[in-house]
Amino acid sequence: MNIPAELRYTKTHEWIKEENGIVTVGLSDFAQQELGDLVFVNLPQVGDAVTAGEAFADVESVKAVSDVYSPVTGAVCEINEALLDAPESINQDPYGAWFIRVENVTGTVETLSAAEYEAMPKEG
Amino acid sequence: MDLKTPLYDCHVALEGRMVPFAGYVLPVQYPTGVIREHMAVREACGLFDVSHMGEVLYRGPDALANLQKLLTNDFSTMRDGKVRYSVMCNPNGGVVDDLIVYRFSQDAYWVVVNAANRHKDVSWMRENLFGDCELTDMSDSVAQLALQGPKAGAVFAKVCGEEPPTGYYTFIPEMTVAGVKCLVSRTGYTGEDGFELYCANADAPALWNALLEAGKDDGLIPCGLGARDTLRLEAAMPLYGHEMDDTVTPFETGLGWAVKMQKDDFIGRSALAGNEQPTRRRVGIEITGRGIAREHCDVYLDGKKIGVTTSGTHCPYLGKAVAMALIDGPAEDGALTVDVRGRQIEAKFIPLPFYQRKK
Repeated sequence: MNIPAELRYTKTHEWIKEENGIVTVGLSDFAQQELGDLVFVNLPQVGDAVTAGEAFADVESVKAVSDVYSPVTGAVCEINEALLDAPESINQDPYGAWFIRVENVTGTVETLSAAEYEAMPKEG
Repeated sequence: MDLKTPLYDCHVALEGRMVPFAGYVLPVQYPTGVIREHMAVREACGLFDVSHMGEVLYRGPDALANLQKLLTNDFSTMRDGKVRYSVMCNPNGGVVDDLIVYRFSQDAYWVVVNAANRHKDVSWMRENLFGDCELTDMSDSVAQLALQGPKAGAVFAKVCGEEPPTGYYTFIPEMTVAGVKCLVSRTGYTGEDGFELYCANADAPALWNALLEAGKDDGLIPCGLGARDTLRLEAAMPLYGHEMDDTVTPFETGLGWAVKMQKDDFIGRSALAGNEQPTRRRVGIEITGRGIAREHCDVYLDGKKIGVTTSGTHCPYLGKAVAMALIDGPAEDGALTVDVRGRQIEAKFIPLPFYQRKK
């Protein structure tokens, strides 16, 4: 399983990258493997508020729908529109296929380093 | 405690993702993923472990009379070596289960039922058993493999020198396939040509491995429950517990062709009489907006709720999201929407089946 050292992670399997106060969020390699072939993504709109620990998007495989949780509280400043037409890119390149960027961040859930995330027991 | 099929170790060796289903632990998919497994069956072939299905033997001079009373289809016209689909109704006309019947001889039939309903079915069958007829639940000693797809015949020929059953819904009671004694039928639940092979539990792993090896060059891959469901849904085949249950009649779910009202009395007949053209009916829906409808989504026509989806998915071969629904009244023109987790998504009625193989 691929867990890039430079990113941080949530217990709900999102990855986080922070640059200049902007937080980028995506799904971890473990999450995409667990979900299986993804065929649909529903994203929020630019300007929407997101809340740490609450669902901001959903992803659907052929079998099931799953929520994606926001690691931070803030405002969506950018969405990855390419995902809407190519949800399979999340399976192919989970760390390139980011979901949203968030600004004006005022709160966050507990996050894990790559080593901590790797060591975390994951339900198979 | 969930049971293991005789192929459990094979699935684990192939890294199948094992999940509980109908009292068994079965692979929902292998590392290949549902989409590739689905496409393999449409374009080449796939191999499924369906050992969880139930097999019940009816034997005796009154076997035929029992089936005629218990089931909605007519078996009096059936010949040896034929397979026939049927519904089993309760006295209210609701569906106890749907199943297929194999005729060995005038006095011996095999009834193959859904795994999830096996115990309910066998109780119902015993309760209604009459005359000189013996009923045996053989499910625990029989394994079943489904070889499905346009290349199924080519793969079969590599492991069996004998001619397979040629007609759709026919079977040969005893064949030797890869050294294993099997009952082979030309049946399936994917919308493709193919075979279902029944063998003794102990022989199942050898048969499974021999088929996978023989089919390598033809693109044969093992397929899990996920692809089994998307394939049957794309082919618009109803599934018990979704498109029908104890409260839905076979006419409502579009299985009227398997109900022979003109034959002698059968369980459910009096309740079904006069209700051959029900208000509620099964329809096909394509999701034209963004999203995927699953089961239990409310369906609206011009803002008025008309029914509920019974199954839905994104179809890998058709490349679009479809659903089946039970609606009250005809599929009329208007603004059709489906409530997917609180969002109204645009949809339209489309004819069933969604997919039909080219013959």
